[in-house]
Amino acid sequence: MSPKQDIREQLAERLDYDELMKCMRCGFCLPTCPTYIQTNQDEAASPRGRIALMKGVVDGLIEPDQDFQDQLDLCLGCRACEPVCPSGVKYGHLLEDARDVLTQSTSFSLTEKLVRNVTFDRLFPNQDRMRQANSLLRFYQKSGMQKLVRGSNALKILPGNLEAMESILPEVPPSAMLKQRPEHINATSSPKKKVAFFSGCLMDTMFATTNDSTLTLLTEAGCEVSIPKGQGCCGALHAHGGEKASAKELAKRNIEAFEKVEADVIVTNAGGCGALLCEYDHLLKDEPEWVERAKGFAAKVKDFSEVLVELSFHEDKELALPDHTVTYQDSCHLRNVMKTSTAPRKLLQSIDGLTFNEMKDADHCCGSAGIYNITHSDMANQILDFKMQRVKETAADTIITANPGCLMQMKLGVKREGLDDSMQAVHLADLLVEALKHGEKSTTHHVHQEHQHTAATTLDDNG
Amino acid sequence: MLDTKMKRRLIEIVGTENVLDSNQHRLVYSYDATPNFQHLPDAAVMPRSTEEVSSILKLCNEMKIPIVPRGSGTNLSAGTCPVEGGIVLLFNHMNRILEIDEENLTVTVQPGLITLELIKAVEERGLFYPPDPSSMKISTIGGNLSENSGGLRGLKYGVTRDYVMGLEAVLPNGDIIKTGGKLAKDVAGYDLTRLFVGSEGTLGVITEATLKLIPMPETKRTMLAIYDDLDAAAKTVSAIIANRIIPATLEFLDKPTLEVVEDFAKIGLPTYAQAVLLIEQDGPEEVVNRDMAKMAELCRQESAVDIQIAQTTEEAEALTTARRAALSALARKKPTTILEDATVPRSNVAEMVRAINTIAAKYNVNICTFGHAGDGNLHPTCMTDARDKEELERVEQAFAEIFEKAIELGGTITGEHGVGKMKAPYLEWKLGETGIAAMKAIKAAFDPNNIMNPGKMFAKSERKRVVSGR
Repeated sequence: MSPKQDIREQLAERLDYDELMKCMRCGFCLPTCPTYIQTNQDEAASPRGRIALMKGVVDGLIEPDQDFQDQLDLCLGCRACEPVCPSGVKYGHLLEDARDVLTQSTSFSLTEKLVRNVTFDRLFPNQDRMRQANSLLRFYQKSGMQKLVRGSNALKILPGNLEAMESILPEVPPSAMLKQRPEHINATSSPKKKVAFFSGCLMDTMFATTNDSTLTLLTEAGCEVSIPKGQGCCGALHAHGGEKASAKELAKRNIEAFEKVEADVIVTNAGGCGALLCEYDHLLKDEPEWVERAKGFAAKVKDFSEVLVELSFHEDKELALPDHTVTYQDSCHLRNVMKTSTAPRKLLQSIDGLTFNEMKDADHCCGSAGIYNITHSDMANQILDFKMQRVKETAADTIITANPGCLMQMKLGVKREGLDDSMQAVHLADLLVEALKHGEKSTTHHVHQEHQHTAATTLDDNG
Repeated sequence: MLDTKMKRRLIEIVGTENVLDSNQHRLVYSYDATPNFQHLPDAAVMPRSTEEVSSILKLCNEMKIPIVPRGSGTNLSAGTCPVEGGIVLLFNHMNRILEIDEENLTVTVQPGLITLELIKAVEERGLFYPPDPSSMKISTIGGNLSENSGGLRGLKYGVTRDYVMGLEAVLPNGDIIKTGGKLAKDVAGYDLTRLFVGSEGTLGVITEATLKLIPMPETKRTMLAIYDDLDAAAKTVSAIIANRIIPATLEFLDKPTLEVVEDFAKIGLPTYAQAVLLIEQDGPEEVVNRDMAKMAELCRQESAVDIQIAQTTEEAEALTTARRAALSALARKKPTTILEDATVPRSNVAEMVRAINTIAAKYNVNICTFGHAGDGNLHPTCMTDARDKEELERVEQAFAEIFEKAIELGGTITGEHGVGKMKAPYLEWKLGETGIAAMKAIKAAFDPNNIMNPGKMFAKSERKRVVSGR
């Protein structure tokens, strides 16, 4: 059997044919697809086109050639096509299965193999290694080596976006902080809800400060928070990168870890992770001994912004910040899969002193899309530049996001526009903690000096 | 596949990047939104100007290669499916608004422009372009012109044809013609403008259009009339028209359609109802209020169980947007949805709705009905599975009988979706032998080599009518 024949047969076996047929080709998805827009309406780069390509291969109309593989790779996987699909086609699932088949039958170059092995097998699934990598990075940032390297031309040899990515890496927290992560935190007042926090791999290392902010917000909102031991990477990078088997193993590990604690909700603060967590039931649908457990897990997953709004955090707390104009960039997976889009906006609008300007096409992907901005830097940059035009139209000085990938991408956008001095990108949780501190301060301030005008303090540049 | 020589000549006209003949591109331009029709073209070509279109047509005429002009592929009669291969012509590079003339109230556009973008651009200037096919977010003006598309506002404002003042088109021999102009009156010769509109790409390629605009209506109000009886809803449609009210929109949705639309849109539609009417009126405020009150009264007289009036623009918009998704939402129920648009004089809407249900029962097929009831244009949609050949045969028979009934009631086989490939076998039922002969003569005069969208409009063999003639 030729390799192509083999791919065709595997696709025929793995892809849900009913789902392929469900696409009735009305084209309602076209105007929402970033790659369709950026390719000047190339049907092949649209969701309808990609579904037709998959079906075309399964039906034997075309061969699964390089163009076919490239076209599926070009998809961001943002899933903006799903909420607008009247027929309810689960495009994301079709894409995931197709990519898995293609990846498993691809022979990678040695370098690619190494990168994939380090990313998918060694680094992300192993929290200790993530911490070690962080220590290395911190050493790099703090020892003066970063300065040295940046001063030399060494970074120029990095392919694509990597040089730019290096420059926007957040300052990594010290190892000591990463080693002593809490396991249980009580609510600040009488507890209203028992929640379990999904700390994530990247979020609990490079973005540990944002995790701390989230925990503060949850406890302030009246949550008793467990942070189950033994949890780890959600597996999203694997699932989207054609490594479904590894994603399943990670899912099982997390389900087991969370079954050990009692909680009504499993809280996340990264849309990219949350979206996969709430689809664990789909991921494990063919494993009878896991599917019910996965359903139980998936049903509990919620973004922290939803939890805060449900507990009327934004109404009960004094949230204030000095004059700022902000805009919000949706995390695609948070919006399109977890269906969370109003809660973050509600929270932002409840902060005194903040002007919230909605951005046109806020629901369009920023181009980050996991590791897409590294693997497809040209398209990612084209999408990012389009996004930054939209940001500039809002006159915002701060871009708020709710996912680490989007956050880094928006930071990259700010840098590409040369706006480092006048614009920043901040995770919603970090902004809210600032607003909480500032709100409390100004309330006390207000009580003490009731008849005086309060001087505005400025928002810390790090958010 | 294109032979090397042909490919080279096409590249000479439009450049390498605008000749797409990879497997993936041949596949993605092999279909439109019509189920069960797919055929690979030899290539897709993207001209950048009228002159390039002219050169392509001249070349294809010489080589006798079929040309299928395509907008966004939302066609519902397989009109843009390249059933005989050849070249699919794309207008991605010809998608600009050339001029909005606020003195003559016209807009001049290229064919690749998305309908909604045109509507938005003119509305920014307080002007109104009424044709609003349900696919307007995706469809192109070129496609709308070729299909003479209708929409939700057709009842009061007419269809695409009623807004076309002038065209630039390329004939199969490469000649570029201009028809009409920014003129309210123009009787110089045959009305080629009207001939090209709705010609489904079988006569030539439209490369530019001058469209009529009207002032934006001052206000608009939207309501939903809810019925527990299908027939009562259908009767209300005739009652409203008979009472000399022409609403901007008068849409009908039956229970199964309501259910799937609600499942998608989640806006709280009354899924308990057997049918609803979605009614809109626009114009000066006092007229709108008076008409809405009168229509609400008529709905109640025809035993509507409830009437809900949209309180905000967003609410109203949510209702019409949900309605536009009806067809695709029906695909939630079954893998294949086959849609027709039999149209009858509006006084016969109730009878037609009844007939559709009787026919569905007779052939034991699952048909939902929604549509632009106010202009008699119904969309009976059959939910089936293309893999079930036996059922498909019954579906075909049911639709044949629906067409038969529509014609018997003085109606037509298609109100707004076009004949295309799908309804070609039925065209003679509507036109008769002489009508077909006249149309074929026109086609032969413009396109003697039959390169323009071959296989459409005229069938190789007509279907026998199920029931004997009118």
